[in-house]
Amino acid sequence: MNTTLLIWLIPVPPLISFLLIVLFANRTKALSHSIALTSVIMSWIMSWIVVFSAFAKGYYYGENPFHSYIHWLPTGTTYLDMGVAVDNLNSILLFFVPLCIVAIFLYSIGYSNFGKPVHDHDLPGTPPHHGVDPLYSRFFAFLSLFAGAMLTLTVADNLLLLFVGWEVMGLCSYLLIGFWYGREYDDPKATPPRIAAIKAFLTTRVADVMMLLGIAYLYSQAGTLNFHDIFFNEELMYDLTHNPSMIAGFTVANLIGLLLFIGTVGKSAQFPLHVWLPDAMEGPTPVSAMIHAAAMVSAGIYMIIRMFPIISAGGSHGPNPTMEIITFIGAFTALFGATIAIAQYDVKRVLAYSTISQLGFMVAALGMGAYVAATFHLMTHAFFKALLFMGSGSIIHGVEHGMHDVHEHIDPQDMRNMGGLKSRMPITYWTFLIGGLALSGFPFVTAGFWSKDEILGDAWAHHHYIVFTVLCIAAFLTAYYTMRQISLTFYGEPRTKSAEHAHENNWTMTLPLVVLSFFAIFAGFIGVHGEFPVLGQLFGNNPFEHWLVGALPKDMQPKPFTFTWFPVIMSIAVALGGLLVGYLVYGRNPLKSADQVDPVKKLLGPLWTMLENKYYVDEFYYAAFVKPAHWIGETLTFKIIDRGIIDGIIHFVASFFWKAGVGSAAVEQVAVDAPPDRMADGVRWTGDAMKYIQTGRIQNYLMYTVIAIALIGVLFGFLVAG
Amino acid sequence: MEFINNNLLMLILFTPLLGMTAVMLAPNNKGTIARIAFAFSLIPLLLTLYLWANYDFVAGGFQFEVNARWYPSVNAGFHLGVDGLSVPMVLLANLLVPLCILASFNVDRIRGFMALFFILQVGTLGVFLSLDLLLFFAFYEVGLVPMYFLINQWGSPKGKRELSRGRIVPAREYASFKFMIYTMAAGLGLLLAIQLIGITQGTFDLPTLYATWPTSNETFLNFASASTVKTVAFWAFFVAFAIKVPLFPFHTWLPDAHTEAPTAGSMILAGVLLKLGAYGFLRLVIPLFPEQSAAAAPIIALLGMLSIILAAYSAYGQTDFKRLVAYSSVNHMGFVVLGLAVVAWAAGNAVDPTTLALAGAGAVIQMFNHGLSAAAMFFLVGVVYERAHTRNLDELGGGIWQYAPIYGGMLIFSSMASLGLPGLNGFVGEFAIVRGSWPIFTFYTALSMIGLFMTGAYVLKGIRKVLHGPINPHWADHNMEMNVREIAVMAPLLVLMLLIGVWPASIANMINYAIVHLFG
Repeated sequence: MNTTLLIWLIPVPPLISFLLIVLFANRTKALSHSIALTSVIMSWIMSWIVVFSAFAKGYYYGENPFHSYIHWLPTGTTYLDMGVAVDNLNSILLFFVPLCIVAIFLYSIGYSNFGKPVHDHDLPGTPPHHGVDPLYSRFFAFLSLFAGAMLTLTVADNLLLLFVGWEVMGLCSYLLIGFWYGREYDDPKATPPRIAAIKAFLTTRVADVMMLLGIAYLYSQAGTLNFHDIFFNEELMYDLTHNPSMIAGFTVANLIGLLLFIGTVGKSAQFPLHVWLPDAMEGPTPVSAMIHAAAMVSAGIYMIIRMFPIISAGGSHGPNPTMEIITFIGAFTALFGATIAIAQYDVKRVLAYSTISQLGFMVAALGMGAYVAATFHLMTHAFFKALLFMGSGSIIHGVEHGMHDVHEHIDPQDMRNMGGLKSRMPITYWTFLIGGLALSGFPFVTAGFWSKDEILGDAWAHHHYIVFTVLCIAAFLTAYYTMRQISLTFYGEPRTKSAEHAHENNWTMTLPLVVLSFFAIFAGFIGVHGEFPVLGQLFGNNPFEHWLVGALPKDMQPKPFTFTWFPVIMSIAVALGGLLVGYLVYGRNPLKSADQVDPVKKLLGPLWTMLENKYYVDEFYYAAFVKPAHWIGETLTFKIIDRGIIDGIIHFVASFFWKAGVGSAAVEQVAVDAPPDRMADGVRWTGDAMKYIQTGRIQNYLMYTVIAIALIGVLFGFLVAG
Repeated sequence: MEFINNNLLMLILFTPLLGMTAVMLAPNNKGTIARIAFAFSLIPLLLTLYLWANYDFVAGGFQFEVNARWYPSVNAGFHLGVDGLSVPMVLLANLLVPLCILASFNVDRIRGFMALFFILQVGTLGVFLSLDLLLFFAFYEVGLVPMYFLINQWGSPKGKRELSRGRIVPAREYASFKFMIYTMAAGLGLLLAIQLIGITQGTFDLPTLYATWPTSNETFLNFASASTVKTVAFWAFFVAFAIKVPLFPFHTWLPDAHTEAPTAGSMILAGVLLKLGAYGFLRLVIPLFPEQSAAAAPIIALLGMLSIILAAYSAYGQTDFKRLVAYSSVNHMGFVVLGLAVVAWAAGNAVDPTTLALAGAGAVIQMFNHGLSAAAMFFLVGVVYERAHTRNLDELGGGIWQYAPIYGGMLIFSSMASLGLPGLNGFVGEFAIVRGSWPIFTFYTALSMIGLFMTGAYVLKGIRKVLHGPINPHWADHNMEMNVREIAVMAPLLVLMLLIGVWPASIANMINYAIVHLFG
């Protein structure tokens, strides 16, 4: 079959699945998930056919990608084209995205309690406690749309189609985070899903409108939004990277790059727009895996990797304000997220902050020009973070079953209520351990080690010592909080009856964990640095890098950095050190009861409180942005400007004319009523006047109009005929 | 066929009167009248689809022209014709009228309501079809009267409007009066300006004026220079259409009128009548006053930007669901105006043709798309109002989605189209306008993003306050779900929103050619 046609078809099945479920299959749960699962498996197969035929075609086909387009919007005498293309970069996404999506879909079946009847106590829009989710079909419809949007974004050959997929995913994350829109918490400080959904949508929208400007800017400067046509056009690239923009010190490419990067800050939850992501944990857990691993946050990183030629101003290593900002934001976020993660109790929130931090690693890597390392970490992170999220979902699900067995009411996501799950949920434990070690960067055998090592090595080789140090600290903290999490959940004795009665979940939930564990280990070996002793040659001299750089024009392709031992040793040291400290604090002496105070809390004191409250960023934003927006909308623009000033002037003018009218009428001795004032009386007068015209019978005045218009119509008819 | 081809525009313009006659003669039964009205409203729609299919947009220019003697003493002719600018507007009007009628099967005094609606349709279509200034004005005023009565008689009966110093007046009377006076005051200036042109040029014929008026140097009655006359006339036109759009700070009639109007009235008001203003800019103001338009373009852009931002904030601040949607109209029309400002600028300055085409076509596409999404939103507000008898978001209290999954789905769909989600129609116009205005009015475009952001905020606020939340026992014994007729009103709108979003060339081809032809 024709490869370019296949590329068009990749995003189609999930989109059709969405329509089919919404329109026809929404009453049959088994049919819904069958349609959804079949559709993503179809996309997966088609993606892999395309990917492997791309691999078969060999290196350096970025200059000639599989490509096909249509005229989408006429623009004068030209067109804005929409098309799809697969090159060296997005073939990598096509490798891991559909795979993760299929795993997530399969997992969702078990997670939503498929097979059990709907329980009377479970209302639509609340998490099910006893039976299958009442909105099971809707869940699969939304997931399908999400998958379709992500695949659209992946195969897009231009920035606008990418933006379409990007925004539709934003909608899906809104719908899915708020999937349990009817949920209410007793604690007034807790964020219910419907608020979390709005927060996610609006926070990312701040970034998206800036990104839209970036797109508009790029389009007006380049005349096209097609990646290939821009990056491989030397003359255009020269203009973009040398002409100054309206902001001093920024070239056009710098400013476009910065605007686009703001989009990533929102989508990939970088400081200062990271606030939505932890609250996005209110969604069902498969959604967390979808948003934080396989799809949405990856999309943000993918976009800046894709736009790397613009952002890096042609791949040059000269001073570039945009790259500096990107590096700073990334490194800062990596550390910032990691520090918060060490003080969280919610098993999913730890992972959420971990995601923020890991995305910071990628952003920082890209900011330093480590194109390959950023992409590599994007891929390995997708595998192990999807694994961890689904693992945490499995834990929660297991504890919830325990809760129902013993009729206990606890927070099933709070790690203090767990403990001792290792023997009760063995598959979950082992797979979670693999994912956790990959996240920590456990040396040599996990994918996370190789990708993180590439980032640190690149930072060191290009003399970014401060960034290197910051990332090392963040990596240490990563290993530490991962071990804390594993210890609190799996080790020691159960701290609640629910945890004691927890048991392993069915195969639809555990099989995806096993599959992803495989990749969390082995996906790293394709990107081992070519000069790494023994292993480098053993694994084929870094095939990942050789493949990926083909996506860039020849003169922009980064050279592999020179291998040195120091960053590798540091990387091993922080990973093992973090794991060790984590084990010493939480693993060797497990908490005895759910009420016991976290041992580190005593140590850190007020600092811990600040971390637990996420540096009070949410509180600050509420006071600085949300409250003023309410005031502006309710009081300033509506009550003061519209109702006060503008309507005030209108009413004044109206009353002036009215008084003038009454005055002249009084002179003519016609006015009988006392002279009323202002608009209110004007209106009353209208009402009075209407009485005579209307005679209370609508037919009368209607007939006047009808007769008049009919006469005119007939007259026209004659005139025209004549 | 021959007859239809020769008289297509006359048929489109006056077949609504057939519907009106049929409604007046129909037996006195609510259901029968409603069905008759709906059936007759399909005739203009079918004719318009025929027009759409047969208008040769590649050739461009005015087609299907009709030119008859009408008012020979002042040299005004009955001149009709369509181009790629007016065909989409005619289609929009004739598409929305049947849907409005279908939405109004339950109104009381239905005979009068339907008859007024058909008159309104004639007035609106007349504006889009006229190629004579005086005729344009006549139809422009014809549309006012039925709208006044629709608001005044069929508006929400309970509404109260608080004025300054605590005075309370019946809201629908206030709103209808404000609408009428405001538009008529604007029309007065428009009429005077048209007279100025007519007297100096000796004709009201638009294609002739396109050629002669912008370059004319005649002084007016020997006391005012040509440039003075033109400047005065320009501002009279400007204010008239700015009120109609409506553009900040002439917009305050709109939230009142839209909020108090009956559901179908709001639909047609937002869907079609607002477009008269923007259409006036493209059809009359910019082609007739290129120099003045170019000079005023920065002001137009500024006002457009202010409309976008301030209306978005005001929408966010509302507790009345309908007023929220009403302010969203001002917000969306602000983008149209931003696009128009670029076209105006291009009338006197060199502009890259892609930029001009995107801004101009974007504005027209946005007009069409706003027609669809605003009509859908107003209808959905009407659906919930009809059941709950309140539009107050706090009284609705949320938790309705559980009772009305179809309604919820449609509300979210329309809301997303309204906030400009890519993949749905709203995005196409907004993107084209932002791209078109960026190189010319960079600063204003950047500031408009605040409004675009707030669009998200108010749209999500609406969804949250109506649909989300714990299941609301207050509505348990109300049947909140939509019925088949209501779904039928929404279905065509939803399909078009998706179609245009995915495949904008379906309408943009015609519009693009028209913009190139008119301004390129």
